[in-house]
Amino acid sequence: MPDAISGPAETSRSAGPHSGQPASYWVRYERPLIGLTAVGAILGLWEVVCRSGMIKPIFLSAPSQIGATAVRMFASGELVEHLRVSGAEFLMGYALALTAIPLGLMTGWYRRLNFALDPFLTALYVTPRVAFLPLIFLWIGLGLWSKVAIVFLGAFFPICISTIAGVRTVDAVHLRVARSFQATQRHLFFTIVLPSCVPFILAGLRLGVGRALLGVVVGELFGATAGIGYLISVAGSGFQTDRLFVGVAVLATFGVLCNEVLVRLERRVEAWRPPAGVGQ
Amino acid sequence: MESNRPRAGKLEAVGISLRYHQPRLDRWTSVLEDVSVTVRPGEFVTMIGPSGCGKTTFLHILDGLLSPTGGTVRVDDRVVTGPGPERAMVFQEAALLPWRTVLGNVVYGAECLGWDRERALGSARHWLEVVGLRDVPRHYPHELSGGMRQRVNLARALAVEPRILLMDEPFSSVDAQTREMLQAELMAIFERTETTVLFVTHDIAEAIYLADRVVVLSRRPGRIQEIVEVDLPRPRDGEARRSRWLRDCEDYLRGLLRLTRTTGDRAVEPMR
Repeated sequence: MPDAISGPAETSRSAGPHSGQPASYWVRYERPLIGLTAVGAILGLWEVVCRSGMIKPIFLSAPSQIGATAVRMFASGELVEHLRVSGAEFLMGYALALTAIPLGLMTGWYRRLNFALDPFLTALYVTPRVAFLPLIFLWIGLGLWSKVAIVFLGAFFPICISTIAGVRTVDAVHLRVARSFQATQRHLFFTIVLPSCVPFILAGLRLGVGRALLGVVVGELFGATAGIGYLISVAGSGFQTDRLFVGVAVLATFGVLCNEVLVRLERRVEAWRPPAGVGQ
Repeated sequence: MESNRPRAGKLEAVGISLRYHQPRLDRWTSVLEDVSVTVRPGEFVTMIGPSGCGKTTFLHILDGLLSPTGGTVRVDDRVVTGPGPERAMVFQEAALLPWRTVLGNVVYGAECLGWDRERALGSARHWLEVVGLRDVPRHYPHELSGGMRQRVNLARALAVEPRILLMDEPFSSVDAQTREMLQAELMAIFERTETTVLFVTHDIAEAIYLADRVVVLSRRPGRIQEIVEVDLPRPRDGEARRSRWLRDCEDYLRGLLRLTRTTGDRAVEPMR
């Protein structure tokens, strides 16, 4: 970091975004640097508030204490076990929910299939998933698969409905071009419909991550013997605020990571897109 | 490649009419009425008319994308029922696939028609070079200027080696200078290849400069109002563009279009 400020001449030369010079360290890493600084400042403030004794530890644990608890739980293998259980539920449910992509594509493309499925999709999408919980536990029991089913139900509908919306917005001009050149239905689908839908599918996948994590936690709050949601539930009822925060932090970290993966995927497959305007 | 190109095709539209029902108003709207045009093999015909007169619709019918409610389209005396490999369309702006590179776009038509990869790529590269875009095959459409995009659009149609080229106001969205350049290049390509062209435009000077004959459509519903033979020698250059004859003809057609605007009913419905 010090080398970045060692050359004042260089920073001034590359100050403008269109100067043609390679941007300085500060300009290039502006986004993560500002982000990290902001997070650090908030954590610092939080620590100070806790240490000053203004808030009882039972309501709010200090970041340092939460960190120490996390390390301890990780070392004892407890956290790993919760992660393994929740991770398995999440991955299996989310993977099953990916079937929403082909189903959404077909539903968007075939008008009559849409007429047939639309009532179910709409009803299931707007009904709060929590309403199904007792039924799912009744049918599948309290084991792993009930949580997988809840995660699946959470992630499936946003992905499916996004994909259908994507097919609906395929540009008529592009379809006309393909038809003019006598593209087969198959070729038209893979060269026009699918690429047009990619941004919608990715948006659905990102929404789906949030819903799936919600499913993990809600499912484990209701009926489980392990998992991050279970950890949070037990810690909460035992006033172990630091352990509770460890659970929340794990969920937040996981969600951010998933989002980051999808954002990178998006950047790769959407390389053709003109860069959007960036505000100052 | 050009030596073994198939001969230019003959394009015939006989009594084309198109009407559609508007459920909201519960009435029939007539877009085209009894339009008959024959484009001889190797001929360049342009079509002008007030906006909304059904020019684009007419081209779509000729390409087989739309079925007329009356009349028939024939290519070399065979009735057209849908798109065919002997016809290619140069669409209005924004018809490129934004997720494909320039080369990917130019090869797209041949790919749809099921050409084998080597032949399709060879043809695409050849036509990219002809339209002067050899250096940008890996660029995406958004990285190109409007004029370059229309060159890609043209190359995509030419790359399937059509015997009939249908062009829908291809130069309407580029600036005047670029348009003149594109027109000159199209002229040069046309004079070197044996292709029949039907070119729709709303630019009167462009219509005369490019054409062997200019077809004038009336206000909606589109009917043929007049067909003007263009008496300018080929190959055409800047001289032809500035010629006295062209200017007189332009004045005449302008008068004709103004006339059509004041007759008929008033409301101008935009094409959908």
